[in-house]
Amino acid sequence: MQEFWMDAVRKFNLAFVEGDRWKLYLQGLGVTLQLTVFALIIGIILGVVVAVIRTAHDQQRPGRRRSFALGVLNLICKVYITVIRGTPMMVQLLIWGFVIFKTSRDQTMVGIIGLGINSGAYVAEIVRGGLMSVDVGQMEAGRSLGLNYLDTMRFIVIPQAFKNILPSLGNEFITLFKDTSLVSAIGGTELVYYSGAVGAKTYEYMFPYLGIAVMYLVFVMILTWLLGILERRLRQSDRR
Amino acid sequence: MKHMKKLALLGLTAVMSLSLLAGCGGTTGNAETPDAGETTPATESQAPAGETTPAAGEFTTVEAGKLHMSTNAAFPPYEMIKDDGTFEGIDVEVAAAIAEELGLELVVDDMGFDAALLAAQNGQSDMVMAGVTVTEERQAVMDFSESYATGVQVVIVKEDSPIQTVDDLATAEMIGTQVATTGYIYCSDTPENGGYGEDHVTAYESGALAVQALINGKVDAVVIDNAPAQEFVAANEGLKILDTEFAVEDYAIGVKKGNTALLDAINGALNKLIEDGTVQSIVDKYIAAE
Repeated sequence: MQEFWMDAVRKFNLAFVEGDRWKLYLQGLGVTLQLTVFALIIGIILGVVVAVIRTAHDQQRPGRRRSFALGVLNLICKVYITVIRGTPMMVQLLIWGFVIFKTSRDQTMVGIIGLGINSGAYVAEIVRGGLMSVDVGQMEAGRSLGLNYLDTMRFIVIPQAFKNILPSLGNEFITLFKDTSLVSAIGGTELVYYSGAVGAKTYEYMFPYLGIAVMYLVFVMILTWLLGILERRLRQSDRR
Repeated sequence: MKHMKKLALLGLTAVMSLSLLAGCGGTTGNAETPDAGETTPATESQAPAGETTPAAGEFTTVEAGKLHMSTNAAFPPYEMIKDDGTFEGIDVEVAAAIAEELGLELVVDDMGFDAALLAAQNGQSDMVMAGVTVTEERQAVMDFSESYATGVQVVIVKEDSPIQTVDDLATAEMIGTQVATTGYIYCSDTPENGGYGEDHVTAYESGALAVQALINGKVDAVVIDNAPAQEFVAANEGLKILDTEFAVEDYAIGVKKGNTALLDAINGALNKLIEDGTVQSIVDKYIAAE
């Protein structure tokens, strides 16, 4: 048993301490977080825009002439969602990295774009679900009080929808955070890349991989905790 | 907050049990090594009682009657995938000849280079043959056969590149390599140890991808073994190999540490094949004699 612990300590030193390798993990963690945050921002913006277009199109008043411009935009959004949700994240990243941005040296940027555009499609469907879940009466009430479409959306519909979609949105963010690990396939220097690099140098993969698993887990737990706080805060005035 | 503590505990427990499991794997692995006359400690109750250590000269393979070779088949001319999905190359043919000598059937397991090394190291495959360079670090974790070929690490650059000698590599903004290869390990080392630092090196899944990155301008140079480098340069316009080599090294077959019976058998077969010229004729077949 003692031998086992001695061996574990030796391997731990090899994976983290020797040659200041922990700095590599920190560097990787930095890139992973960078990927998550920026992809999240792109994803939310894209998602909300697409969702608003899709709901606006679907909730046009029946019997009136349908807006042509909205029809075209809706079609574009539908194609975007179909393509992105219908192909694996990994394949999309490989296409971004080796086909579209094949001359770019900034793999982090390529990863952010790939992840952000992927996330946008999922966020769009989540947000659309939220907007549709708010009763049409709310929109009608807002409009009849003299608010225009965007103001009704902004002050009446979206605040209610946001509360409804928060759990599924949290789910999507966690998935996005973990999907950043795929960026290592196109040479992005995030956590998985560096743990593999340390493994390749030391021929010992146990602690590098267990180590990053713990790092991912801790960050997901922090994210879950923050989302929990936000959810509680939003429910303060609820009576259900 | 109370909730968080519980969660944290749960996470810790999960990690600990994982590491314990991994640890167990290690000990059983050690128990399998044939130990000469040494009695196994009484605490190791998980060792199967019926297991007999192989007698001298006899060896066991992962699967009876078969010789599993792990490799990374994106490394021409040593190993590559044919259009019909089967494998060919110097390593594959030498391995097939060895398997025939030993009366076994060769099975090629294709995977990433890092995984191929690990497979032999952990005993998932019988041996790794993927143009593996013998290094001191690798000798610490696996056993190597006699060398059957010499590998030369060279530098590929674009024809109009400012990098014209190996010394110029220090000025390269980004160097492409294949993951876990000696080229990657040398290049990513700190400048004090003769490398260029992690920030100036990108490791790609295969050598072909690294060369593709060079063509596309993602990297300024690629450090890779000479034989595949020749193929890559021949297949792509505008690339050239620098005259000075980056490093000279020996290729050998890697087997799990302590599996001496299998290693001896492989060495016996390999020596015979080297002596009767089979290995040379296989090499000549793939690399045109100069």
